[in-house]
Formats: sequence, C-alpha cells, structure tokens
Amino acid sequence: MREAAIAGIGMTDFGELWDASLRQMFTEAAVAAIEDAGVDHIDSMYVGSMTPGLFVHQEHIGALLADYLGMAGIPAGRVESACASGGLALRMAVLEVLSGASEVVLAGGVEKMTDGVDATDALATAADQEYEAFEGITFPGLYALMARAHMEKYGTTREQMADVAVKNHTNGMLNPRAHFRRPIERADVLTSNLVAEPLRLLDCSPITDGAAAAIVTTTERARELGVPVIRVRASAMATASLALHDRQDLTTIPSVGRAAGRAFEEADMGPDDLDVLEVHDCFTIAELVVMEEIGLVEPGKSGEAVSSGLTALDGKLPVNTSGGLKSKGHPVGASGIAQIFEIVEQLRGDAGDRQVEGARIGMAQNMGGSGASCVAHILEAIS
Amino acid sequence: MTVPRYTREIPQRYRLEAGRCTACGKVSFPPRAVCPECRGREIEEFRLQPRGTILSYTTIHVAAEEFAAQTPFVVAVVETEEGARLTAQVADCSPSEVAIGKKVRFELRRIREEGKAGILQYGYKAILE
Amino acid sequence: MVGIVGYGSYVPSFRIKVEDIAHQWGEEPEPVKNGLIVYEKTVPGRDEDTITISVQAARYAIQRAGIDPALIGAVYIGSESHPYAVKPSGTVLIDALGIGPDVHVADYEFACKAGTEAMYVAMNHVRSGEMPYAMGIGADTSQGAPGDALEYTASAGGSAFVMGSEGVVAECEATFSYTSDTADFWRREGREYPMHGGRFTGEPAYFRHVLGAARGLMERTGSAVDDFDWGVFHMPNGKFPLRAATKLGFSKEQIEPGWVVRWIGNTYSGSSPCGLSATLDAAAPGDRILMVSFGSGAGSDAFIWKVTDQIEEVRDRAPRFKDLVERRKTYLDYGRYASFRRKILMND
Repeated sequence: MREAAIAGIGMTDFGELWDASLRQMFTEAAVAAIEDAGVDHIDSMYVGSMTPGLFVHQEHIGALLADYLGMAGIPAGRVESACASGGLALRMAVLEVLSGASEVVLAGGVEKMTDGVDATDALATAADQEYEAFEGITFPGLYALMARAHMEKYGTTREQMADVAVKNHTNGMLNPRAHFRRPIERADVLTSNLVAEPLRLLDCSPITDGAAAAIVTTTERARELGVPVIRVRASAMATASLALHDRQDLTTIPSVGRAAGRAFEEADMGPDDLDVLEVHDCFTIAELVVMEEIGLVEPGKSGEAVSSGLTALDGKLPVNTSGGLKSKGHPVGASGIAQIFEIVEQLRGDAGDRQVEGARIGMAQNMGGSGASCVAHILEAIS
Repeated sequence: MTVPRYTREIPQRYRLEAGRCTACGKVSFPPRAVCPECRGREIEEFRLQPRGTILSYTTIHVAAEEFAAQTPFVVAVVETEEGARLTAQVADCSPSEVAIGKKVRFELRRIREEGKAGILQYGYKAILE
Repeated sequence: MVGIVGYGSYVPSFRIKVEDIAHQWGEEPEPVKNGLIVYEKTVPGRDEDTITISVQAARYAIQRAGIDPALIGAVYIGSESHPYAVKPSGTVLIDALGIGPDVHVADYEFACKAGTEAMYVAMNHVRSGEMPYAMGIGADTSQGAPGDALEYTASAGGSAFVMGSEGVVAECEATFSYTSDTADFWRREGREYPMHGGRFTGEPAYFRHVLGAARGLMERTGSAVDDFDWGVFHMPNGKFPLRAATKLGFSKEQIEPGWVVRWIGNTYSGSSPCGLSATLDAAAPGDRILMVSFGSGAGSDAFIWKVTDQIEEVRDRAPRFKDLVERRKTYLDYGRYASFRRKILMND
C-alpha cells in the first residue's frame, strides 16, 4: 500500500527580515528542503500563503516560485486557507503522492508581512468581511471574544493564559530560528499593552516574515534516499462556520475537533498516543481551546493543565517545543509547514536542546482565521 | 468597501433583514440561499426585532486603520430573540458597563467612512438597555 | 383636519458643560452661563450625525403615529449639517425605515429654519390631498468655531413629525412665514465654521423675523396672545426666546416645557421642533401652541398647533423628550469634545 513520508525539510529564520523578499525566503527554504531530502528533482509544488496579493501586491506565486527555483515547467499553484494555508499545502502534496499522480512533491509556505501594508487589515480578510470586519472587529478581537466566554464558562484566568506565552518563550529560547528568543514572565504578559481585552500584546503571536518547506514522497522512496522515514500517518482537514458569531458555543473551535478526530481515525489512534505536538497558538487562548478540542484535556481544564506544566518541554505531553507561533513567529502561510519542520526534527532526534526523549509520534495542528478551517497531520518515525 | 457591495447590503445593515428556513426554522443573518442547518433551499425573508442579548464582548484597543480614531471601542456577539447571531459594536457606553447576558437594542449609526472623499457607511450598533 | 399624527425626538448621550468650554478659553463660566442661560449642551458621538439622529427621531414619530411607514408619501429632512455636500440624507432614512421606493424625498436647508421648512412642506402635501402621510424632520450636529461664542451653544439633536389627516394629535390651524435677505449668520462653501454678525444677529435678525412672523400670524388669524397656552420659539440661547416670548406677552411658564436649550444647547434645525416635541409632552387636549422658528439669512416660520384629545393616547407610545434627555448623560472634557468634533488636526 502506498504511503506518504516527509523526506526533507527546510526553513528560513523567522523574524523581521528587512533584506529578504518573498521570493528570496521561499527559495532559501525550498532549496534547503530539497538538499535535505537529497532528491534531484521535484514533480510538482504547492505553495501555502495567505495573501501575497495584499502584503506584496503579488499573485500567481505558484508559477513565480517554481520559476525562481529554476523549475519553471512543473505543475505549481498557491493554496489558501488563511493561517492554515501551509497545512493545506502539505495536505495537497500528500494527496498527490498518495494518488500516484506524483512521486516527489514540494509543500512550502511563505508570508512577507513587514513591507508596510496594514497587517491588521490584511489579516482581517480571514474573517467575515461583511459582518465581522465591517463592524470594526480584529483578529485579536475575535479571539478575545472566545477568551471572555471561556473565562466566564470555566473560570479560566488571565494568569493561565499568560502561562502559555511564558512556556512558548521558554521553548523559543532554544530555537535558533525563532523570531523572539528572550524569556518572559507572567507579569510581563499581564502588564503588556492592551490589544483587545482581555488579550494583551504578549498574548498575541507577532507579525513575522519567513518561509518553510517540506519534501513529500513515498515511504519507499524515502528509504531509497536513505533519509529517516517520517511517515504521514494521517492528513485531515475540516471547516466550520466562518463567522465566529455563528458558532454555537464560543468556547469551542469545532473545526479543530473535527480535523483532529478525522486524523485520529485515519491513524487508528488517540490523543494519548501522541509524544509531541505543534499547535496553532495565534493567541494564548487558542492553544488552550485547541488542547481541549484535540482531547488532550477535558473541556475547561486546559488552563490548569498548562499552569501545572503538563505541556512544558519536560512535561508529560510537550506542546509547541518550537516556541509556537508566539515565540517562533507567525509568517501566516509558512506556519503550517514550520510546525511540520519541528515535528520532523523531533521524530528524527535532531531537535537539540528542545528534544523530547523518544518522540516517535507527533501531531501538527494548523488553523485558519478564528477557526473556520483546520488541517491536522500525524507523523510517525518508522525507521 | 465599494459602493455596489455596500448598496447590496443595505437591507441587512439598515433593516436587519434575515432569513428563516421554512423546513427546519433555522434563522440566518444575513439570509442564505442554502440553510446551514438542513441544506434546505426555501428561505423566507423577515426583519429581526432590533433587540438582543450579549453572548461575549471585547474592547478593541488596536484597530484597523479605518477605526483607529475610535479606539477603544466595545464589540460584542449578540443573539436576537429570533436566534440570529450578529457581531456589532456596543456604542455609548464605557467598557466596564458591558457584561455577558446584558440586553441591548440596535440603532442605526455611522460605522465608518471611506477616507475623506468616499461614501459614509451606516449600519447597526448595539446600545445597552 | 390636518396636522401632526406622530412626533419623536433624539438627542445624543454625550454632554459638555459650559464651564468646561469657558475654562478652555480662559473665560469666567458664571457670566457666560448667566448671559446665555445655557448650562450644558449635547455632543454627537463619533458615529452619530444628522442622518442617524433623524432616523431615530423618525422611528419614534412613526411609533407614536402607529402607522405603516410604507404609507408615508414624502420625507423631508431640514438641516445645516447634512453629512454630504451632495447626496441626500433622506434616502438613508427611507431605506432604514422601509419607506418607498414610491416616496418623494428632498433635503432642506435654511440655517436653523430648515426643520420647520420640512414640516411646512410635509404638512401642506397632506393638506393638498396629495398623500395620506408625509414626514418633516429637523436635525443638526452643528459646529461652533473654537473660542467663539457659538461654541457654547452649537449642539446636536432633532425631532421628526408625521403629518396626516387621520388620528391628528395637533392640528395645524394656520401658518405664516416672514422672510427677508438679512445676512446675520452664514458659511461660505468650503469653510469649516460659520461667520456671524455679532449684535446684528439680535434685533435686525432674530427679533425682527420671529416677532414679524408671530404678529403676522396673529393678525392673519385674528388672534391674540391670550388665545395661546404655550409658546415655542427658536432657541439660539436661553435668552432670546425668553425675550421674544415676553415681548409678545407670554409668561415664563408658558414657554417652560419647550425651553430645552438650557440643557441641550441649540440644536439648530432641531431647535423649535424639539421645543414643540417637549411641549406636546406637557400639553392638554384643546391647548393652542404658537411655534415660531428662525433661520439666519433670514426667515421665520410660524405655526399654530391645536392639541386634540388624541394626544393622551399617543404620547406614551415613545419616550418623552425629558426622558430622552435624562436617560443617559456622559460628560466630556474639552479634549475629548474637541476630538469627537474633529477640531484636532490629525495626520490623515
């Protein structure tokens, strides 16, 4: 039976990369992934990017980036699902390999966010333009609505949310590519500038430039290449209503539960089988709700779980060893692939100071907007 | 927001016109062509009563450019008596007065302006009862 | 019988006290307050304008009238602060209230008299038999130049009146308009703030036209001040309407309910319309109200409204003027006031 595997990974530094253009960043990450896999050509390419049109006024980047990789001619296209564009690019690559249509497919993600466009406005295009953004709400605002509801229903506290950011910064210090590599304390989070109450600046992932890429092929081909075989045990996606206000319960993100559920079913396993996770902590509250949706903890219990260290690097179930979106950075379209980069390094045993001992199975959970889409992958080290 | 788009949305922005699925009764705002609950295609249009309850709220301190002059302002998710859900600013109040469960009424207010030369855009805002 | 079948008003919730404006400019507040007989004024929120004020006032007027808004055949908004220089205010209102598309809409202007103009035309459309109902609205969010005397009084608010011939609560018995070319107050195209003639705005302008219209109306109808129970006059400040009333022979009590300027300021095209609205809240069936507006440039529209017993049934279908003024008040300091009124030079 044909199975997909990640044979190579590559990633730029994440940060405010004033000297790097979108094309340069993507090329750097893609070339690194191709060399890491040791392949001599790729059959096709998917690029995940939320809105190069708004950020750098450039569309048609599938063709553009294939061209800049010196591979004009191969099938190439951009895929988009807001902040889940990277995860979606990987999903498309996996499906193309599993279908037999291709043998080696590049899945990359890139976002160039610091060239001067109003990022709040550009990011808000992931929300309902007519009935959410029109009224003046922002992304942080949408997650703040969730946070307020979660605090009201479960008694989740500001301190518990802050602990997510603290943990992720602690991990980010150990990640040479992270946007922010400095420790923060609870008090720093709680006294940082208000963005959308109750969320403050340090509850929010930053505006970041960066690119990441992965080479997807068959497990058989990966063996032939002589690289560690990281099998894609599941690739799942789910959507939910776009507008946050249409969600029945504002303390949930149903697309995550659906995608994770489909992934566990495909992989024939449950949350207890996971050794390490990368989740989409666009805001501190997001990591908490996602933990509940994936089933790592009961609904309402994520806050105390984080504060008690369950998900710390040395905890029972490490989450966001890379530093998460918060500390590693969130170049929107790249994040989904950057999560894969971290899981693959963990499963290869290459995560250095961030290594989770004996990690064999990991999950990457990538979501778009306020949770209208979610892509979940489960990877397993089988060699 | 361009003029044609804004004009199309006047029935919702000015009159709160929503849709109710004749098969399952689900109310959608704005009205849909396909019922999100049962996929039914027979939707009857009607006007929401300009009243609701706050389900959650936040105070925006960092806003997009068009709203920057208005910060801080409160935005809430409101549920109407008919079961429709809306996102709306809560006007004429200080953030400390807002709470989950409070009742609001809707009034027509100027939501934004298209720069100094573009059209004025009106819509619904919530006012604490 | 033709007249008002429904009336409604709206004032914004923000206020600024005369003393806070006085402090800004280094003036002693007490002489200002006593000279103007104005203590505080309304300030429109950033999201309010003549259109939003008109819509809310009109909603209440329709509530009182108890009619299907689709029956309204004409809608006129009079203002000197229409949000657009070119694009009507009335069209937003009709779409907001579900009136039309078979409706006649026009925006009126004539300084502070634009509201009564709208009322006059609406009333006459019904009287001519052209349509069963028509609406006339006066609303403003006028600006006073920083440091100028008008900054103490220029405020925001409005009232709306549905005119009809069935279910009349105040019959229009007669009207009289007195007009001449008198430049007491004006604003040229493209200018931010108006200019005015100082003391020229008194006798030669306000008093000549207000008293001219009042006396002209009484002469036309063969009536005298004793025939009236209430008086409502345009209120650029608290002093002028009191003096006009006294000159005509009214007592202070007779103008008291409509003398709203003291706490809401001068709502310009909404001024005498709001005064009328507040007076209708207090009047008894059979009472006669003399109402005289004034618009700089200059002119006055005078009306005699005779209250019917329908008023008791209709009055509490919407909030009374006093309750609208009292229900919510948020006081601003001068800095926030200046920001709301866009008197601060922003980088845009």
